[in-house]
Amino acid sequence: MKLARFILVRVAFSLFVTLVAAFFTLPLLWLVLTPFNPRGTLAVEIPAAPTLANFRLVFANTFAMRALLNSAILGLGAMLIVTLVATMSAYALSRADVPGRDFLIYALILFSSVVTGTAAMVPIFLLIFYLGLIDAHLGVILVFTGGLLPTAIFIMRDFVEGLPRSYEESALVSGATPRQMFKDVILPLVRPGMVVVAIWTFVNVWGAFLIPFILLRSPTNMPASVAIYSFYTEAGTPIITLTSSYALLFALPVLVLYLLVNWRYGFRFFGGIKR
Amino acid sequence: MTKGSLILSRRTGFLFLLPTLAFVVFFIIGPFVWVFWLSFTNQTLTGVTAVAPRFVGLANYLRLLDFGTWMTRGEFGNALRNSAQFVFGSAIVGQAGLGLLIAWAFYRRRGSLREVIYTLVILAWIIPDVVVAFTWMAFLDRDAGTLNAVLRFLHLASVDWLIKQPLLSIIIFNTWRGTAFSMLLFSSALATIPPSYLETAEVVGASGWQKFRDIIFPLIRNHILTDIILVTLWTFNTFTPFLLTGGGPTFKSELISIHTFRIAFQFFEFGRGGAIAVMMLLINLALALTYLAILRRKEVGT
Amino acid sequence: MARIALDNVSKRFGPVRAVDGVSLTIEDGEFFALLGPSGCGKTTTLRLIAGLEKPTAGRIAVGGRDVTDLPPRDRDVAMVFQDYALYPHMLILDNIGYPLKVRGIPRGEIRRRVTEVAESLKIAELLDRRPAQLSGGQQQRAAVARAVVYKPQVFLFDEPLSNLDAKLRLEARSFLKHLQHELGVTTIFVTHDQAEAVALADRIAVLNEGRIIQVGTPREVYRRPLTTFVASFIGSPPMNLIPCRLKLEGQTARLEGKSFRLDITSWREPLAAKLQDGAEVILGVRPEHLTLSPGQSPRTLPGELYVTQPQGAEYLIIVLVDDTPVSIRLFTDEPPALERRVWVQVDPARLHLYGAGGERVI
Repeated sequence: MKLARFILVRVAFSLFVTLVAAFFTLPLLWLVLTPFNPRGTLAVEIPAAPTLANFRLVFANTFAMRALLNSAILGLGAMLIVTLVATMSAYALSRADVPGRDFLIYALILFSSVVTGTAAMVPIFLLIFYLGLIDAHLGVILVFTGGLLPTAIFIMRDFVEGLPRSYEESALVSGATPRQMFKDVILPLVRPGMVVVAIWTFVNVWGAFLIPFILLRSPTNMPASVAIYSFYTEAGTPIITLTSSYALLFALPVLVLYLLVNWRYGFRFFGGIKR
Repeated sequence: MTKGSLILSRRTGFLFLLPTLAFVVFFIIGPFVWVFWLSFTNQTLTGVTAVAPRFVGLANYLRLLDFGTWMTRGEFGNALRNSAQFVFGSAIVGQAGLGLLIAWAFYRRRGSLREVIYTLVILAWIIPDVVVAFTWMAFLDRDAGTLNAVLRFLHLASVDWLIKQPLLSIIIFNTWRGTAFSMLLFSSALATIPPSYLETAEVVGASGWQKFRDIIFPLIRNHILTDIILVTLWTFNTFTPFLLTGGGPTFKSELISIHTFRIAFQFFEFGRGGAIAVMMLLINLALALTYLAILRRKEVGT
Repeated sequence: MARIALDNVSKRFGPVRAVDGVSLTIEDGEFFALLGPSGCGKTTTLRLIAGLEKPTAGRIAVGGRDVTDLPPRDRDVAMVFQDYALYPHMLILDNIGYPLKVRGIPRGEIRRRVTEVAESLKIAELLDRRPAQLSGGQQQRAAVARAVVYKPQVFLFDEPLSNLDAKLRLEARSFLKHLQHELGVTTIFVTHDQAEAVALADRIAVLNEGRIIQVGTPREVYRRPLTTFVASFIGSPPMNLIPCRLKLEGQTARLEGKSFRLDITSWREPLAAKLQDGAEVILGVRPEHLTLSPGQSPRTLPGELYVTQPQGAEYLIIVLVDDTPVSIRLFTDEPPALERRVWVQVDPARLHLYGAGGERVI
């Protein structure tokens, strides 16, 4: 009886794992094969003669390339602002005797979970419109900063709290001014946290669709996410070779960054479990 | 160390926080308040109502909640029903359920199998929206898509997924997309259970199911709750299915998020769009407050 | 002149009075200990002197200057933290040299001074390593080096030895004492370990619940603890305390417990001046001042043997007197032949008497 149960469990487990593996692999097969297939279609075909020609198509397409550049601009812009502001804020929330500190933190979580991009698309559009920042990179960067800051502060705060106060106190007693203490002791020690926040921000903005979709419409300004969408919804059949390789190219930086963070810091932070 | 030691003076601390406060006020609190106001007007982007919007009271809401017509395709009730099914199927059953199953299956197993599966699931989560949507369009294509190819191989009928079963398609798509978070959360929750608890149960003769029901489930109950609230919130707000079905065909897969977008930006009717957005915000608020209540309870009870 | 004066200093954290009206004077060059159980306010007092906390009341003076409103860097003090606070991202050289760097001293000079200090502390070969690569004892020396290198007026140590294992702790004790003696710098250190305080300090302040209970040399605190709290804190094992009643009859004085009568007529006069007949008191006597008597006498207490513990060169006997455990240190390495009922001999010259509230009577 025990043996039968044992075998049943093993079989069930193997079956389950196979199904899960299939479920998560099958859709991606097309994405990893088609860009290398000169005859790319919607079907999964192992390319007879794998080639990089499709990618050359992408590189030759100025619209596509400019869109990638726009994505980079948005990503880097948001990344810089968010990292800096989040670090300062997290530090202040941890070390300064700001009144209502705990309330502030809970309020931040609350508001940022409630006022999502989808729920707030209308007033955000109007706000940017009235600020005259429609179709401008700055508008999008500002909106993203506002949306991503609360979570970024959360992540940074964990890092800052993990720093023993005795480091700062020892620096102060040794004779450092607050500025020296911040520069010599704090910044180097929270740098890992800043890297995580920077990458997390960049990845979120790089792949975002809705906000750029409603705020950046002209072909010169739209980022790659919107560009790809326009590629495959345009009237007529999309050019599979071009679009699939463009899509893969677009996804590449995210995958590379994920590998980097995972290798250096393990998974906890990317998992958003610290949300 | 003593708490409250003043490393930063109050003034400097406040200055450090000023940029955040500015951003939060402008881009979070501001829109939150503004959209309420908008929903009571007939504001549009162009035309006379752009420069001189009128206060129309609850007219927009009445239009939304006109119970006579609201369930017809393209109306608010229809979108609400779609979202409800979507959230139930994709968030609760799909992501939370599948995430828990995977975490449980690999509980206390190490090795390359676990790494491979986890990596695959996480890949589905981190690849950008547009790429994933495009990939799934190819996957679900009636003639050339991989899924139908597999079905035909198994001598099963192939389905025109995106046309005939759009809601089901996006449910499965979103489950595929989001399972990673639940899987990771449950994985770390399970890791906190001391193995000795389960070994004791094993020794007294409990079966796998009994172990789950009597030991594991009670210990991670709070995590399950937290996870469900979070994925519900995110799933409810997700816009990505738009990239796959556009809300169609004929609004069969129009979620609230997509409905908001269409009403607000098709004809730029911001008053009406605002009303729908308010409904979204209120639902979000309810979910977020529940989440906070659970967090608070966890802190107190631990 | 690095004299430190605390004048009625208090520190409140919300409703909690961590330090409550502490007044203290520490002389130049003294090795001073702040001793007490956790939460007694000793660390807070130290941090007040350092300037890491601001007092809610009172003034603090260092070297004759009122420093109450000055930030730490203007007080010319150095502090070694319990966790040493060596910055993980800097080399030991840069760690030790940090106070010099913030004072704008050029790199070459920093290296010279650091090397000098490191050599005197015997860690010169560790200068190019990082804190994580050093052992506990070495980290402690590095932290001390950082305090020494800029020649402050005062050293402050927060539980400097509690992170070391027992053997290292003894070595570090002698190292610190020797160092302080050589440098002659006023030193205040905080500890909860009374053996440490007694071994190292010139004078000790015993604190409890934010207040100073007694200040004195180790000898004074040992010989004349002012309260039962101090009595039971100093000494290992601590002083035995037995509640009983004072009986003054005619020309005699007696202590009466539930099961004993102890003659203390030699103390009659001073006692009669302070207490009434029948007053409730607490008898205090140290384990090292008790012996066992072959038979009963007016100077003995009846006790029931509880346990006999060998301790190397001596025996620790625990006996129940009036249901109170009483420890006795017997200096012998022969196991004593004991029966269940024993007689504990008290030397009247070595006893302490406390009132019911814990205050010393004689």
